[in-house]
Amino acid sequence: MSTTDRNTTANGDASATFDVVVIGAGIVGSAIARKLAGHELSVALLDARNDVGDGTSKANTAILHTGFDAKPGTLESRLVREGYHLLSDYAERTGIPIERTGALLVAWNDEELEALPGLKEKAERNGYDRTEIVGPAEVYRQVPHLGEGALGGLTVPDESVICTWTTNLALATDAVRRGVTLLLNRRVEAVEERGGTTVLRTTGGDVTTRWVVNAAGLGSDVIDRMFGHDRFTVTPRRGELLVYDKLARPLADRIILPVPTSRGKGVLISPTVYGNVLLGPTAEDLTDRTDTGTSEKGIAFLLEKGRKLMPELLEEEVTATYAGLRAASDHSDYVIDADARRRYVLAGGIRSTGLTAGIAIAEYVAGLAGEAGLELVPREDLPEPPRMPNLGEAFPRPYQDAARIAADPAYGRVVCFCERVTAGEIRDAFRSPIPPAGLEGLRRRTRAMNGRCQGFFCGAEVGRLMESRGADACGPRVPHENREHGGERRSPEARR
Amino acid sequence: MSTDTDTTPASAGVTTLTPAVVIVGAGPSGLSAARELAPRVGGEVLVLDRESTAGGIPRHSDHPGYGIRDMRRFMSGPAYARRLVEQARAAGATIRTNATVTGWAGERTLEVTTPQGRLRVEAGAVVLATGARERPRPGRLIPGDRGRGVYTTGHLQNIVHLQHGKVGRRAVIAGAELVSWSAALTLREAGCATVLMTTEYPRPDSYALFNIGGRAFFRPRIATRTRVSRIIGKPDLRAVEIENLDTGARRIVECDTLVLTGDWIPDHELARAAGITLDPGTKGPLVDSAFRTDRPGVFAVGNLLHPVDTADIAAIDGARAARSVLAWLNGGSTPDGQVRLVAEAPFRWVTPEVIRRGDPAPARRRLLLWSDRFIPFPRVVLRQDGKVVARKRLWWPASPGRVFRVPSIMLTSVNPQGGPVSIGVED
Repeated sequence: MSTTDRNTTANGDASATFDVVVIGAGIVGSAIARKLAGHELSVALLDARNDVGDGTSKANTAILHTGFDAKPGTLESRLVREGYHLLSDYAERTGIPIERTGALLVAWNDEELEALPGLKEKAERNGYDRTEIVGPAEVYRQVPHLGEGALGGLTVPDESVICTWTTNLALATDAVRRGVTLLLNRRVEAVEERGGTTVLRTTGGDVTTRWVVNAAGLGSDVIDRMFGHDRFTVTPRRGELLVYDKLARPLADRIILPVPTSRGKGVLISPTVYGNVLLGPTAEDLTDRTDTGTSEKGIAFLLEKGRKLMPELLEEEVTATYAGLRAASDHSDYVIDADARRRYVLAGGIRSTGLTAGIAIAEYVAGLAGEAGLELVPREDLPEPPRMPNLGEAFPRPYQDAARIAADPAYGRVVCFCERVTAGEIRDAFRSPIPPAGLEGLRRRTRAMNGRCQGFFCGAEVGRLMESRGADACGPRVPHENREHGGERRSPEARR
Repeated sequence: MSTDTDTTPASAGVTTLTPAVVIVGAGPSGLSAARELAPRVGGEVLVLDRESTAGGIPRHSDHPGYGIRDMRRFMSGPAYARRLVEQARAAGATIRTNATVTGWAGERTLEVTTPQGRLRVEAGAVVLATGARERPRPGRLIPGDRGRGVYTTGHLQNIVHLQHGKVGRRAVIAGAELVSWSAALTLREAGCATVLMTTEYPRPDSYALFNIGGRAFFRPRIATRTRVSRIIGKPDLRAVEIENLDTGARRIVECDTLVLTGDWIPDHELARAAGITLDPGTKGPLVDSAFRTDRPGVFAVGNLLHPVDTADIAAIDGARAARSVLAWLNGGSTPDGQVRLVAEAPFRWVTPEVIRRGDPAPARRRLLLWSDRFIPFPRVVLRQDGKVVARKRLWWPASPGRVFRVPSIMLTSVNPQGGPVSIGVED
């Protein structure tokens, strides 16, 4: 897919000197850019990839965490707790789908059972007091399809599932609408200090700025060293996941979590907002920061765990397998720090909790930058946050909306049958402030081709709509033929 | 056709249709059912298809071999699809394309999305003819990179025949059964060489016709007892790793295209959404020889029931099911008592799964089975209540990758009041 014809938003003018450049257009970076753009500042959001949210933010377990199991007293604990509420409110305003499923930690042996009171107490120290220890009967009442042998559990009623893609896109879109310049396809290769400004040498040319925020995820330690620091190392931790067919969803209507013990973390089963069921993740430390492939060992491990957790789940079809890389670091907490001398703020070591904590991290980063000398004058004229297209099964989607179809037939033309994505939604994605740069980006914006057939039926048609950037979405490719009983009209094939 | 637009706020803009019969899926089985039903039914026969063109899978299988058993002809997939569409229309059926059935609103009431609006289709009878699809890569749990260039046959043929798009230059085909050769033909037309076909079985499984023709034509290498164990290359496919199932040895085969063929699963979503009982073997609806599911007035035909047989067999299902649908519409009742038919290894499944005295014989007087093992001249055995009730040597092979047919006359000695009947083989 060509990236040269991207619109100006996504390939913004980088010739000016920005007040702040945020490196990394994942959830954390997008949230920071959005926050800073709420002030009288010129802000750019820069990313090495051709789309926002194409790194760690796109492939995680998509759980909105209460923070019940964070390490009490850490910055992570605080920001996850705050972020939970901030993101919940933001989701309400922008239409990011969230399902309040709740979670259940399940104990399978005595060690895990004995760990439950400690976890409940830990949750309370993290400011979350709604957990409850339950016996096996209640565990099976809540999850009737759970495998045999559960001894008890801990309920976490406010753990929820969210759409990580829409979260990232909403924050980045909001940032762009607030005037942030989005600079994609620019990998930072070197940093130069030049008389009160910083020049970022990127694969897409130089970008000059007074302040830099490093939210580069898997690359954050590398960027940090360019600023003369040597304080942490990112170890990519691969997490492989299996996504089961929507027909499996009745088996798991809440998040089923393992009890963390001395023998490490187990895997979870979670519903997704798209109506699927996740099984995973594995946890494997890698050295290659780009290896998002799946492995034979990982898949075998997940199947073995899944067979014990929920044997019926394994009878269902797997509709996707994927691997995400968490930006784990050698620190046990987020590493967020401002360097006033270099006019530089680091937001590093952000693990998978960054999805929940992102907006709170942005608040915190802005505060630090302000203290370090970045002038923060709030703007009065901020646009409303964007209303995002709904990708969630729990909320109405265009194909179900008779009024919307009547107003625009493109919403009645289902292109991706498994996920029921309409031509109208694909067209809208291309007309949005941050259009997709390729098929993967389109999938994250619409769910097209994410379903059980993986393109058997729709792949070619979706590809065709990609080529035209959704332009011919309004009418079907072959005219619809609606004939009365017994009516005769030549078929389109017969006309050839 | 009676039509009225509901104006209550909850369903504003939803149009209600009340056909005598609604058929979901305009492939060979659905269209054949429509052709037989339309002249014999008082009301409308409405066929719904989510694609923008009716005809089903044969539309994009642009090679000969279609229509042999049902039309007594030898024609290409697209020509066969056109003919089925023409026949159904000539018989008076209504075909609506771009019409996606999204769920049920009652026993025999469907919710449908079309560019012309949302429909509520309240039918006297429903025929599910939703077909089957090939299991894609995730369902096969093949590890490795998510490189571009991995297709199922359906995806590939859609790209090449319907969209006239491009694929790569060097392909590996996973599978060596009938559909795999269809994929090889398509690749050839697209200018892509098939460098290797893999099969987990000890021998290639497709029909002799295709094997002789195929071998002479392509001379591709067929690696028996192998599987694709890893996918290598991103963003574009570079190679696949092939494992020998007997020795465990692995090697790398360079390719830019991988076609995953066969490994069919029925498109059973609507059946499951209705709570219709499925057969664990076929994963399609459990039916009797009259194509009844366990929901009254809901029938199922075609490769939804037997993933997959050839298109002509699917078409014959549809035509035969028409009688049962008519009987239902005319108030006919289902005979009492039933005997469950159960497949035993090496058979993975058998259909129809339910036999009733008084029902018509299965289509073409054949039970359809799927074998996991090659047996040159299988001696088929039926057992009921601990006793052998029938035994017969068949003079055609049971072979993985295609349907195995057993004469239904073997059921004659089954006790209609007895327990389940197992069907297996004796060595």
